[in-house]
Amino acid sequence: MTSTQPFETVVEQHGATVLRVCRAVLGPADADDAWSETFLAAMRAYPDLAAGANVEAWLVTIAHRKAIDVVRAAGRRAVPTDRLPDTPAPPAPDGPDPDLAAAVTRLPHRQRQAVAYHYLAGLPHGEVAAILGGSTDAARRAAADGIAALRRTYPPATTRKGDLR
Amino acid sequence: MSIHDDLPRHLTAAYPDTPDHLHRLRERLAAAARADGILDIAYRTVDSPVGPLLLAATDIGLVRVAYQREGHDTVLQTLAERISPRILLAPARLDTTVRELEEYFAGTRTAFDLPLDWRLSAGFRASVLHRLPDIGYGHTASYAAVAALAGNPRAVRAVGTACATNPLPVVVPCHRVVRSDGSLGGYLGGVEAKRALLTLEDAA
Repeated sequence: MTSTQPFETVVEQHGATVLRVCRAVLGPADADDAWSETFLAAMRAYPDLAAGANVEAWLVTIAHRKAIDVVRAAGRRAVPTDRLPDTPAPPAPDGPDPDLAAAVTRLPHRQRQAVAYHYLAGLPHGEVAAILGGSTDAARRAAADGIAALRRTYPPATTRKGDLR
Repeated sequence: MSIHDDLPRHLTAAYPDTPDHLHRLRERLAAAARADGILDIAYRTVDSPVGPLLLAATDIGLVRVAYQREGHDTVLQTLAERISPRILLAPARLDTTVRELEEYFAGTRTAFDLPLDWRLSAGFRASVLHRLPDIGYGHTASYAAVAALAGNPRAVRAVGTACATNPLPVVVPCHRVVRSDGSLGGYLGGVEAKRALLTLEDAA
């Protein structure tokens, strides 16, 4: 059996979450392209999606690949890698950072992805591990490390940027 | 106690919903899907004197017109199962249909000139529906007369079934099929809608 819900319903239910994930992983500039590419690829493959599949995890998996494609296409890294470049964002302010979204873009790529897929998309660590590769424990650790790093800059924390690894 | 306990929740709030922005992305998706040839069904709704109508089209033509009482969500679900789930709200493909319907309801159009996709009807029902445009604007025909037109004079009940399951009401004028005694008979859009359409056509 395959999926039969109209694709419009999929966009309606998951469009906002996938856009959040794209923004967190890529930053605002490239998020739109990644979102568009994700839903276009998803729509193409949609008739073959198994009934009962976790649609959100499926979309995030596609978004994960598209985010990598978008970064490659932008030519920011010519390195053949399945990883996103670290820290493309501007430097952190000296002191507490109220801009949580900007702080996320400064996380190492794996933490950024784990935080986005677990906390924004709501996927269990096991699903995140399936997307990122590696163990469930590693995915859990990456998400926890990411949150811990964000706590150090998000108010009312007073730890300065120099204390971050 | 600390705001940090809520950090995951704040994280979602750090990416606020942007409905207008998302709306533009969805429009862009519909255009890209159409250009890529994967928009199997485009749909929209349109207000009319007989209530909101759902209009759906494949790349062949108009495939479904649905009254609100049929349940638009149910109709879309059925289209997903019978034709393809690659369905998007994409009004552009239905511009001509909307214009012709507006002209029809304004009384300035007496026949539709639209490409139709007949795939939702088959067999005798299909041959019944194909004969219906022969009943001219402002005229009616009995179920028995339509059965004869479709080549099976005894299939009066089947004509009723064909009309009741017409996937393209209004455009394919099953509302012009009435009982031999002159009473309206049933209508998939409700008898009030049938009366409204016949009244509109008489008055024009």
